[in-house]
Amino acid sequence: MKILVCITHVPDTTSKIAFTENNTQFDKTGVQYIIGPYDDYALARAVELKEQTSGSITVLNVGEAETEPTLRKALAIGADDAIRINAAPKDSYYVANQISAIAKEGQYDLILMGRESIDFNNGVVHGMVGELLGIPSLSPIMTLEIDGTTAKMTREIEGGKESLEAQLPLVLGCQEPIAEWKIPNMRGIMTARSKPLQVIDPSDDSTRTLLKAYEQPAAKGAVKMIDADNVAELVNLLKNEAKVI
Amino acid sequence: MSTLAFIEISEGEIKKTSLEAVSFAAGMDTAVTAIAFGQATEEALQKAGAAGATKILHVSDTAYNEGNIQAYATAIAQAAEQESADTVILANSSLGDPVAARLSIKMEASLASNVIELPDTTNGFTVKRSIYTGKAFANVDMTEGKRILGIKKNATTLKEDGGPATIETFTPTSQENDFKVKILSQEKATGDVLLPEADIVVSGGRGLKGPENWGMIEDLAKSLGAATGCSKPVSDMDWRPHHEHVGQTGIKVAPSLYIAVGISGAIQHLAGVNGSKYIVVINKDEEAPFFKAADYGIVGDAFEVVPKLTEAIKAING
Ligand SMILES: Cc1cc2nc3c(=O)[nH]c(=O)nc-3n(C[C@H](O)[C@H](O)[C@H](O)COP(=O)(O)OP(=O)(O)OC[C@H]3O[C@@H](n4cnc5c(N)ncnc54)[C@H](O)[C@@H]3O)c2cc1C
Repeated sequence: MKILVCITHVPDTTSKIAFTENNTQFDKTGVQYIIGPYDDYALARAVELKEQTSGSITVLNVGEAETEPTLRKALAIGADDAIRINAAPKDSYYVANQISAIAKEGQYDLILMGRESIDFNNGVVHGMVGELLGIPSLSPIMTLEIDGTTAKMTREIEGGKESLEAQLPLVLGCQEPIAEWKIPNMRGIMTARSKPLQVIDPSDDSTRTLLKAYEQPAAKGAVKMIDADNVAELVNLLKNEAKVI
Repeated sequence: MSTLAFIEISEGEIKKTSLEAVSFAAGMDTAVTAIAFGQATEEALQKAGAAGATKILHVSDTAYNEGNIQAYATAIAQAAEQESADTVILANSSLGDPVAARLSIKMEASLASNVIELPDTTNGFTVKRSIYTGKAFANVDMTEGKRILGIKKNATTLKEDGGPATIETFTPTSQENDFKVKILSQEKATGDVLLPEADIVVSGGRGLKGPENWGMIEDLAKSLGAATGCSKPVSDMDWRPHHEHVGQTGIKVAPSLYIAVGISGAIQHLAGVNGSKYIVVINKDEEAPFFKAADYGIVGDAFEVVPKLTEAIKAING
């Protein structure tokens, strides 16, 4: 089975979010970058599937040279080779176009990625890729089992889940608990250095949105502390001040 | 030109988030048509009229009952074409998001999700959307002539004074691949208030010590007509089901009131609740980071404070 795993290169979940240049650039000062947490789940499940069925895992990232350590980490976790589309990701459509161009060429059985990136949170690249390729796309996927060319999945729905079945090839947006996150071991880190990492120019330059400016949320007012022996005061505030009960 | 709003039906009723999507569309001052799939009475569908739709397209073919992502995208694209709609509005949801993605390719439309305000159309079509899991916003120009907006929960107030809408049956022409995915079954928590849509949420964290203590959280939730949630370690340890786990990697909620009991307020938990209008924190540690994000706080032992709070709420609700 040939698996393509698309990963994002995103600020660590604890990063402080700030902007520079008149709120048009993300401030990278002191920010640690990681594999997107949802993409990490996708990669972890791909590694498990490869162990069960043999085959190969290619990881793909649309990003400039600075994302290579993130791709190397994915190789250390268990991917066989990596592709970097040498471009800053401009919007979801732009990224989906790059991924589907690679996917068309590579004839993958399964294309896995996270349900959303934790920077732009659009949560739509998987669906766009599915539509561009003319194959089913499903998200958010919580479990995935493959038997031959049949995939059985559960997808989260509001307040529950649904069970689904489809034939490969498929595009899936993944989330927990699809797999246990994998931490690279020493051997993985050593072998990752010599695994192939191909750099390709973007195939298409079109976008459908244009970022004008970032904005910070308004500062939060100070918390009102209420004595533990006076819960009636809290009820009063919720009813008459906040008017939420 | 007109706007098409996709409304989701759950157990015969339009979901609140979908009524918000219709209200949002109505706020854009264009004619609003709504499209609904699945079984619903005329009376139930008319809620979309009250929310601002003047026409409702109802897909009553039972093949469309289940929420098949590809088939929905095909049908909505056809409806948009029929209505000459240049804008499609839907609620961000586990169905809305994947449908919107496919639809944007079919319609060659710009797409933005987590939109939190009406678009600014003074110079093009600019939307404000939530990014970095609620920690910032982006103002984005939608550069195509057609666009699709996913609306974040509670981003708009519900309109309820619209007139009755005309209801028409809509019969989509499905495409070859539309029903390739088989939906085998659905499992939904029933009876209770669903967490993603709840107006009040009461959540418990590791501070509750064990699943046997959740009765206290449920009682408080019941007194408020609230849904219950939890932090990630709580669902990881199977004290509570996964679909109650709130946060960056869990469900994102945006209720009017979020009450956090025995939750430290780690940044990943906050990322899932920072859209709440009011946050109440009950924690025995006065240094708990959650107090920084709270509107009201009580430093105290949950086992003492929560039962008292439940009683006080019951008292005012009679
Ligand atoms: C990539 C990533 C993603 C994550 N995603 C999420 C997510 O989506 N959601 C999430 O919740 N977490 C997430 N986490 C985990 C998160 O970092 C925290 O570990 C988690 O939120 C802590 O849960 P907690 O507050 O319940 O537990 P703890 O951190 O153990 O805090 C328990 C709190 O209870 C208080 N307490 C104890 N006893 C009492 C008592 N008797 N009365 C009152 N208060 C009491 C304590 O003072 C403490 O503040 C994620 C972590 C990572 C690395």
